[in-house]
Amino acid sequence: MLGSRSARIGAIVLLGLVSVAVLAPVIAPHNPDSIDPSRILGAPNLAHPFGSDALGRDVLSRVMFAYRVSLSVAIGSVALAFLVGVPLGLLAGYYGGWVDTLIMRPVDMLLALPALLLAVALIAILGPGTLIALLAIAVIYIPILARVVRASTLVVAAQTYVEGARARGASSLWIIARHVMPNAIGPAIVQATVLMGFAMQIEAALSFLGLGAQPPTPSLGVMLADGRDVLTQAPWAEVFPGVAIAITVLAFNLVGDGLRRRLDPRGVAR
Amino acid sequence: MRALLELEGVSVNFTTPEGIVSAVSEVSLQVGEGEVFGLVGETGCGKSTLATAIMGLLPNTASLSGSIRFQQQELVGIGADEYRMLRGDRISMVFQDPMTSLDPAFSIGNQVAETIRAHRPLDKKAARVRALALLRDVGIPDPERRYGDPPHRLSGGMRQRVVIATALANEPALLLADEPTTALDVTIQAQVLDLLRDLRRRHRTTIMLITHDLGVIAQMCDRVGVMYAGQLIEVAPVEEIFLAPRHPYTQALLRALPSAKHAPGELPVISGRVPDLSDPPPGCRFGPRCPHRRDECELVPPLARETPDHSVACWLSEATRRAAGGGARPSGAGDGLPSGDLDPRPLKAEANR
Amino acid sequence: MSPRARLIVRRLLLAIPVSVLMSVFVFLMIRLVPGDPVRTMLGFRATPQNVRVVRKALGLDRSLLAQYLSWAGGLLHGNLGEDFISHTPVSTLLSTRLPVTLELTSLSMTLAVLIGVPLGVLAAARPGPVRTATEGFVVAGIAIPDFWLGIMLVLVFAGLNQILPPSGYVPLLQDPVQNLRYMILPVLTLATGEAAYIVRTTRGAMEETLGTPYVQFLRAKGLSERRIVFVHALRNAAPPILTVVGIQFGVLLGGAIVIESLFALPGVGRLIVTAIQQRNYVVVQGGVLLIAILFILVNLVTDLLVGVVDPRIEEGQPS
Repeated sequence: MLGSRSARIGAIVLLGLVSVAVLAPVIAPHNPDSIDPSRILGAPNLAHPFGSDALGRDVLSRVMFAYRVSLSVAIGSVALAFLVGVPLGLLAGYYGGWVDTLIMRPVDMLLALPALLLAVALIAILGPGTLIALLAIAVIYIPILARVVRASTLVVAAQTYVEGARARGASSLWIIARHVMPNAIGPAIVQATVLMGFAMQIEAALSFLGLGAQPPTPSLGVMLADGRDVLTQAPWAEVFPGVAIAITVLAFNLVGDGLRRRLDPRGVAR
Repeated sequence: MRALLELEGVSVNFTTPEGIVSAVSEVSLQVGEGEVFGLVGETGCGKSTLATAIMGLLPNTASLSGSIRFQQQELVGIGADEYRMLRGDRISMVFQDPMTSLDPAFSIGNQVAETIRAHRPLDKKAARVRALALLRDVGIPDPERRYGDPPHRLSGGMRQRVVIATALANEPALLLADEPTTALDVTIQAQVLDLLRDLRRRHRTTIMLITHDLGVIAQMCDRVGVMYAGQLIEVAPVEEIFLAPRHPYTQALLRALPSAKHAPGELPVISGRVPDLSDPPPGCRFGPRCPHRRDECELVPPLARETPDHSVACWLSEATRRAAGGGARPSGAGDGLPSGDLDPRPLKAEANR
Repeated sequence: MSPRARLIVRRLLLAIPVSVLMSVFVFLMIRLVPGDPVRTMLGFRATPQNVRVVRKALGLDRSLLAQYLSWAGGLLHGNLGEDFISHTPVSTLLSTRLPVTLELTSLSMTLAVLIGVPLGVLAAARPGPVRTATEGFVVAGIAIPDFWLGIMLVLVFAGLNQILPPSGYVPLLQDPVQNLRYMILPVLTLATGEAAYIVRTTRGAMEETLGTPYVQFLRAKGLSERRIVFVHALRNAAPPILTVVGIQFGVLLGGAIVIESLFALPGVGRLIVTAIQQRNYVVVQGGVLLIAILFILVNLVTDLLVGVVDPRIEEGQPS
């Protein structure tokens, strides 16, 4: 379905990553919180492939559990943005006129702020936390998805089969749901896929700053912040969480590019 | 008349994901100094590819074989820099769509002057003077004022004039014009053709005019070559192409021209379809659609002279048969009289003069 | 008025309502805090008397519109309120911090362009190993979180080999050499991520330009490939490249927030983060507003530049 080889690789990697996240409680080799004084700052070995941190905890297991949270926030935030942004874009693109202005003005406003700044500002208001971070990221991405959908709606709505449906007296909402949406949603799906990787990056940044996941909730960003204290003695505590994020972004991008061929031949999504 | 340009056995193949496409197959022809040579054929017959090959601008996916001799110098295999120095200086090319031929970010005067300075040691001022003169020559009104205009301020006809000015800036010996008027209105078309004729007369430029429009051929050309599916199938003076075509394809082409002679109703069409060049039919590529098809058409008929100036590549031609019998020579030395098998089908003056 | 001039004026005018709406949003920030912002701000010092005083000082006891108008009025006079902890005017805090952020972001963007554009041009003009290597760089640059890259750089250059300091800052005017020593790693971190996007856009724009019919005609004119690439193609590829630079500047400003915290640079971003942790809403408000205005300005400049440079904006032709 995905066509190119790199897209297939991306899909397999993604599947693997999601499985790790879902199955972490089952497959993690150690308890992520169990402290082992004999293994403080231990280098990677067979028992601990990713080494041990400042409290002797197994980094691999910690990464797995943190990954659960980070991935959930990444996917959840984009899903939320999708659920809100797509209808907004559809309505704006289909009706045009004052509806378009009404919807897109505030959307463009949001786009006028740098993404991370907006997230930080929202967290400033609502307080830190995993859920708030998810919400903040969703708010950042709603405008992007709305714009993408709006652009492809404009194209689809101009097609003759839509005119035909209108001539047959179908209600606007029905037309949108039945004809416009299935054809306009392709680019949004592509965009959403790519955004999931970036959402993970933002979540990590927020948690790194202490604005996202709060203890005891694990997060890759928190691990990256903690790892700094023992950077030279135990670099593995810092390396592996970062690598996990990078691979995730890569995988989402590859899958997104693969989907692009099928769903977004005109390249509406970035 | 000396041969300015000599092509011998030129073939161009493109490597594509779907396989190897044979765009040009064993084309041999000569263009004499000072003449206007028309290359005619339907879209996709390889005429543009041939012109691109002569210019040395084939993409990396193309492979070229054969010989292209310009002013007695072999072009195939010369270095990229050498080729570059020829282009725009001794050989120029004009492309089909004037709306997209000019860089939208630079003024028209600048683009003419740029061509001059690429090949002549002139400073900016001198080049500008020359460019202004060229713009005036091609009929751009008020050249001083329009020198700094970006291309989008000019109409299609005007842009094509600028393109022609650019191409002729360094007085090339050979001008390749690929569908120079196809994208233009009929009235503008006539103006541009007049311009070309006038310039050719004044600068004594040899022109190879590539087009699918028989009307343009009739107006402009001295000699004509007809291509089909990558093969050159007939070469003759322009009157003979129209009045006494010998190749079945050329005959069918001319028959399909709308004219007063035809009864109202359907136009005669050539049955069948242009072959897929990634898997072309062996031998004469017109064979599958030819009403005179025979077994020998599975072999490529060489282009042979029926008369000193009229060559045909068809097994129906005595000259071709003789040329093949004496060994496969592209432009055989056959000096026979036209054989009775081939009916030249004289046509009255149907061509749009 | 020429279409280009019209576009410029329209763009300038658009910046005004955007800025106004931005200020409204920022203004609402404090007022949107769930619960009582004043009590949260003061924390353990929230005696009823203090609360009343601060509330009055912040004008929270008046109507929303009156509050906004007085706040906006104060803004135009450069009055952004006062940090309730240190009693320093917010504007003072910001003005000491702004140069740091500006230095960081402008150096990073400059480096990113200096690396990115040539790489992109090269990748488009020369297929083969160069292009594959560039692809790899782009992919890595986009996927790797920039603050992680920063930490890795610290590991290599400050941790394992003590060549550069891991954090800290010396003002430029005080000691340029030291300033640069402290800025190298942060700038390198941000620039790498940005360069990846610039390479990608440059390469795409150049490839598209090099495939156009007019480039084919330029070749037919016998121009050198170098002239075609650097004079003609690059010039035509400039609008999308400029646009991406403008967009990426926003990303850069966001990234600066994290990087400043990472490298302990006393910039606006770090100020905002610390202020959030202290529930110092007034400072947060000022900082967010400043960065937002900065971004709007940069976008304005970029859009204007694109408007000037883009050859297709004329006579109603869509770009």
